[in-house]
Amino acid sequence: MGKMPDGKARTALDDDVLVPDPKLPPTSVDEVALEAEERKWTPTKIAIWAAIALLGGVAWFMLAIVRGETVNAIWFVFASVCTYLIGYRFYSKVIERYITRPNDRRATPAEYKADGKDYVRTDRNVLFGHHFAAIAGAGPLVGPVIAAQMGYLPGTIWIIIGVVLAGAVQDYLVLFFSMRRGGRSLGQMAREELGVIGGTAALVATLLIMVIIVAILALVVVNALAESPWGVFSVGMTIPIALFMGVYLRFLRPGKVLEVSLIGFVLLMAAIIGGGAVAGTEWGAAFFQLDKVTIAWGLIVYGFIAAILPVWLLLAPRDYLSTFMKIGVIVMLALAIIVVRPEITVPAFSEFASRENGPVFPGALFPFLFVTIACGALSGFHALISSGTTPKLIEKERQTRLIGYGGMLMESFVAIMALVAAISIDRGLYFAMNSPAALTGGTVETAATWVNSLGLAGVNITPDLLSETAANVGEESIVSRTGGAPTLAVGLAHIMQQFIGGTAMMAFWYHFAIMFEALFILTAVDAGTRVARFMLQDSIGNFIPKFKEHSWRPGAWLCTAVMVGAWGAVLLMGVTDPLGGINTLFPLFGIANQLLAAIALSVCMAIAAKRASFKYLWIVALPLAFAAVVTITASFQKIFSPVPAVGYFANNAVFSKALADGKTEFGTAKTVAAMEAVVRNTMIQGWLSVIFVVLSIIVIITGVVATVKAFRNEAAGVGHDDHEDPAVPSRGYAPAGLIPTAAERELMAEWNKLPAELRLERPGHH
Amino acid sequence: MNAILEGFRGFARYFGSVMGADAYRKYLEHHTASGHKGAPMSEREFWRDHTDRQDSNPQGRCC
Repeated sequence: MGKMPDGKARTALDDDVLVPDPKLPPTSVDEVALEAEERKWTPTKIAIWAAIALLGGVAWFMLAIVRGETVNAIWFVFASVCTYLIGYRFYSKVIERYITRPNDRRATPAEYKADGKDYVRTDRNVLFGHHFAAIAGAGPLVGPVIAAQMGYLPGTIWIIIGVVLAGAVQDYLVLFFSMRRGGRSLGQMAREELGVIGGTAALVATLLIMVIIVAILALVVVNALAESPWGVFSVGMTIPIALFMGVYLRFLRPGKVLEVSLIGFVLLMAAIIGGGAVAGTEWGAAFFQLDKVTIAWGLIVYGFIAAILPVWLLLAPRDYLSTFMKIGVIVMLALAIIVVRPEITVPAFSEFASRENGPVFPGALFPFLFVTIACGALSGFHALISSGTTPKLIEKERQTRLIGYGGMLMESFVAIMALVAAISIDRGLYFAMNSPAALTGGTVETAATWVNSLGLAGVNITPDLLSETAANVGEESIVSRTGGAPTLAVGLAHIMQQFIGGTAMMAFWYHFAIMFEALFILTAVDAGTRVARFMLQDSIGNFIPKFKEHSWRPGAWLCTAVMVGAWGAVLLMGVTDPLGGINTLFPLFGIANQLLAAIALSVCMAIAAKRASFKYLWIVALPLAFAAVVTITASFQKIFSPVPAVGYFANNAVFSKALADGKTEFGTAKTVAAMEAVVRNTMIQGWLSVIFVVLSIIVIITGVVATVKAFRNEAAGVGHDDHEDPAVPSRGYAPAGLIPTAAERELMAEWNKLPAELRLERPGHH
Repeated sequence: MNAILEGFRGFARYFGSVMGADAYRKYLEHHTASGHKGAPMSEREFWRDHTDRQDSNPQGRCC
């Protein structure tokens, strides 16, 4: 279908090698027919798209222009869904036509490398769910909540526009390019495309970034569980439940995945309900009431043990449980928001949108809003998934658009719903929950006084509201429960109790929300530690070959200990930080995640350039430039800003000077030890920022160099190695999108008539 | 009634596939179709191998 800008037919290059089997029907819809189908605008089609555009326009108008007292949550749903539909139907097709140029006559790795285990052709709709479950976790649930400090509009615009132009583009391109390379990882692609320097920098940056991401996710869990006997009990119970499920699947009924997940789910609900009862008893409250440091150490020990235990015992069953909960919870949240349609009283732009001293996270809207919301708009971590399992399961090349681009749109929708849930609660409550204890003072009275002193429009909170909300959700206190998870849980409980159960059920819904967030995060911590350990083993293995043997226990344990030690140290630093932890470390999380995106997009740009897509290279260059500018600016501000709240080194200097002057308390640090902790922490955080930004600049420069080189080669007519696997003709057919088109249905019917012995084994009849 | 039941079954099947419950069936299909000589692994052996391979080949889970 279609011509390239230079006039070449888009698949001409492969035509000579892709000799189809004459006994088989075509393996791809005829390009002319496809083109005709896409170009033909019937009145119904025009009416539908006009309606979508109109509804989306009205929704954006309601959110962005109309300034009433309140705005209804349903407009968030309409604005996002209509924009996603338009982005998917129009923008992703531009990418498909000019950058990826899929060719269904080519076999995918799942076909030519089929082994029935890792490389398995998977039904596109199943793979969509599978990929979505792998990319979505706690990230999109936490970032938007923290970013709500600035009001709802900046976050909403960034989540929706960002995903269409950046996040989904990255996921789609990485997935497609990795699929063309037999499912190679991002690290391998970086080495091939960017050379030794760029590749090594990308690898080191990825490793460091994973440490930061795991540490800060763990910090979110610690903050959600501290001083909460109910939460500690019910989340702690997930471990024996997972162990039981693992044994059940291994020895009792192997392969009964759905069955064991249902059993696990029932046990999980029992653990949540039981948690309330246990926390109500005197011994339960005494035994499970743990402070942050204890929980952090527990998590570190747990992380180490979980990463060296066999997968079947803990990781695999918990992953099933987590996937089960993920899809269930998200469907439930969407339904609840559509049914309840809460009224939002938060302003579009809050007082903090134009300042840089917000209590939840410091810094100005640009660039810090764009790093605070990473997952949901642009998440570099996805590049690791899109170049991992998913490309090995794709059935036909054209399906990558649905799975890569479409899957990320779904994650963005999750982020929008999390934002809606968080802003549906009282604004005073929001600031009382999300500001560090150093500011709120930690008690309901001091918190209420402090929040009211901020001078926020329409905010007048009473200590009673704070203690009443805490009592409703079954917690002792909700003051300064930073990290986003508790706020989202309160918001969700607030919406869900209007949907099912009333106030009496609020405590259940709150702990249900805490439970699933903790479940997602623990799975990510586990898997992240394992992946990082293997990366470390492979890197050390280049010098000491013994380390490359993955089954060599001492090596595995040592590398696991190093990785757990690294994220554990950052976690403890965050937990004990006198300045609050989340507000100092969360920007690092976002910066790390988006620097990874910049690395992934650099690799994609180099590849796209080698495919001679120069005229449309801006599709990749645009998100790359944006991510680079945002993260490098944010890093520079974190490193060089003279404002102590923003710059790590500025803060370090201020506290060092105070210590040198012999002061025994300074700012929010009330002891000399706390002041020394601030000096230490800011130094570490500052140097981490320096290392990240230097590594990423190296990768981006090598990416640009590779792009320019490809351009010169093309101009000089010199060929270059595209590193793709050789083209193999496909022997099967499946439609590309969610709903097959007329031409696709026709072709499917032809394939269905084929005698069984000529057909490839079909991946799942539905 | 039948339609509701069928719809529910379809959903359960879809959900099961997303979670990877049909991995063994796919393995068997692959085994038959590719004409391997030896007998395929039993269901128990397959799932053992399935998780044991993940030990040395971890899959990332995102944030």
